[in-house]
Amino acid sequence: MFTSLKRIIKSGWKSFFRDRGLAAATVFILVLAISLATSLFLFRGVSQFIISLIEQKADISVYFKQEVFVPEEEILKIKDELAKIPEVKEIEYISHEEAVKKFLERYPEERSPHITRGVKETGGVLNLASLNIKAAEAAQYAAIAKFLETAPFKNLIDVDYYPRKPLIERIFSLTSTLNRAFLLFSIILAAAAILITFNTIRLAIYNSGEEIKIQRLVGASNWFIRGPFLVQGVISGVIAGLICLLIFSLMSRGLSLKIETFFPGLNIFQFFVSNFWTIVLIQFATGIFLGVVSSFLATRRYLKA
Amino acid sequence: MRLKLKYNMIKFENVTKIYPRNTVALEDVSFEIREKEFVSIVGKSGAGKTTLLKLLLVEEKPTRGRIFFKGKDITKIKSGKLAGFRREIGAVFQDYKLLPSKTTYENIAYALEVIGALEEEISRDVPKVLEIVGLTERANNFPPELSGGERQRAAIARALIHRPEVILADEPTGNLDPYHTLDIIRLLLKIQEMGTTVILATHNREIINSLGKRVITLEKGRVVRDEERGRFIL
Repeated sequence: MFTSLKRIIKSGWKSFFRDRGLAAATVFILVLAISLATSLFLFRGVSQFIISLIEQKADISVYFKQEVFVPEEEILKIKDELAKIPEVKEIEYISHEEAVKKFLERYPEERSPHITRGVKETGGVLNLASLNIKAAEAAQYAAIAKFLETAPFKNLIDVDYYPRKPLIERIFSLTSTLNRAFLLFSIILAAAAILITFNTIRLAIYNSGEEIKIQRLVGASNWFIRGPFLVQGVISGVIAGLICLLIFSLMSRGLSLKIETFFPGLNIFQFFVSNFWTIVLIQFATGIFLGVVSSFLATRRYLKA
Repeated sequence: MRLKLKYNMIKFENVTKIYPRNTVALEDVSFEIREKEFVSIVGKSGAGKTTLLKLLLVEEKPTRGRIFFKGKDITKIKSGKLAGFRREIGAVFQDYKLLPSKTTYENIAYALEVIGALEEEISRDVPKVLEIVGLTERANNFPPELSGGERQRAAIARALIHRPEVILADEPTGNLDPYHTLDIIRLLLKIQEMGTTVILATHNREIINSLGKRVITLEKGRVVRDEERGRFIL
């Protein structure tokens, strides 16, 4: 068993390096397939970043009624109560002082003196504190709004949801369309990569069809014949994986700055580094899987009795 | 002195092979071959010689009839046992059927590797067989770098390295000049003298007439003659 395995590996290794033209063609096609898989992974990272940017725009704001004074402790209690709702993904408390500060930053006195003066005059009287609630899914906002309408503290709050409902729903419908489009795109590209790789390796092994027949006549078992082809598939996959790793390391480093100018906060190289081992796994697993499965399927037709 | 009786190694029993479009390659063929025999199968092109050897190697299955090898019906052999069966036979073909991506040494060693021979056996036996067939100097050459005669000798070396009980030779001299033809026939006779059954399919009149061995003559797929010390009569 061990002797046969050793012979299979040795034979596969020798064949790979003897038939360099064929090996180069197989590695090239695997590089394309692995690049596609890696691009899909990176693209998923980018699209999720964009989707989260869009989703951040959607929230429900809870304001406190001006006619009733609600102290900060009470607001924090309400915040804790709301945080217990399963639909609530995130809840942020903005104090009155923070709200005034943010407003003044947004509308500086020199640009809009009337508004600023108005806020300054009423700021001491009005309570501008609020709670910003984010849900995981668009459908959950309605449930949260409904809860707020029936909550024990309903008389203390004003909920800013219904005027923003269409916008929130549009944002989530856009992100789910993006997700679906990405999934469909990935499936089509993955299927194309698999088919192209399989056909290239099948054509390469087609040239070995006569050789396989001879091996069978000499009395070689199916695994003794198939083994070296699978070993060649593994070697091709590993070499293609290494090439792709090098290409993507250099590309993500080189393009990182340019991409960041389009999407501030999106650092591709940082994403590449933090997902390095996942990318290594994707590249080598894709290369070896495609190399081995294609070789297995391509030799099968010649090994049928 | 004890007399060891020779048994029937191969038996064809009313074998018929019909290819698609009703092409009859063999029709009701029956004969027996004893162990250590040298049998020539002769006939014109298309007489059914190659089909007969293909049936013996289980490359093809007969349409009717049965074929026995050492008492076992090989027409019923399961695909999982085919490789094991073929290791008991050495085959030589007109087109050599050497593995082009392997050197002469590796081609010959391959027949030992498939039966799971040890590395020591391989490195001991292959040089010996290379010497017998006169290819020691060509051990590291690939088949395209060898002459026709050298390729055929390499194919014979591969066929006999694992000491099979039977060697099938299908037109082994078909692509060779008279000098190399004689060379190959001498080699096959030597193998038979060493105790291996040899079945030679050919349409070379000179070879058959010089051998003085058993000859089975095929004509249009039927056995028309089977003589102990036969001659080439068509």
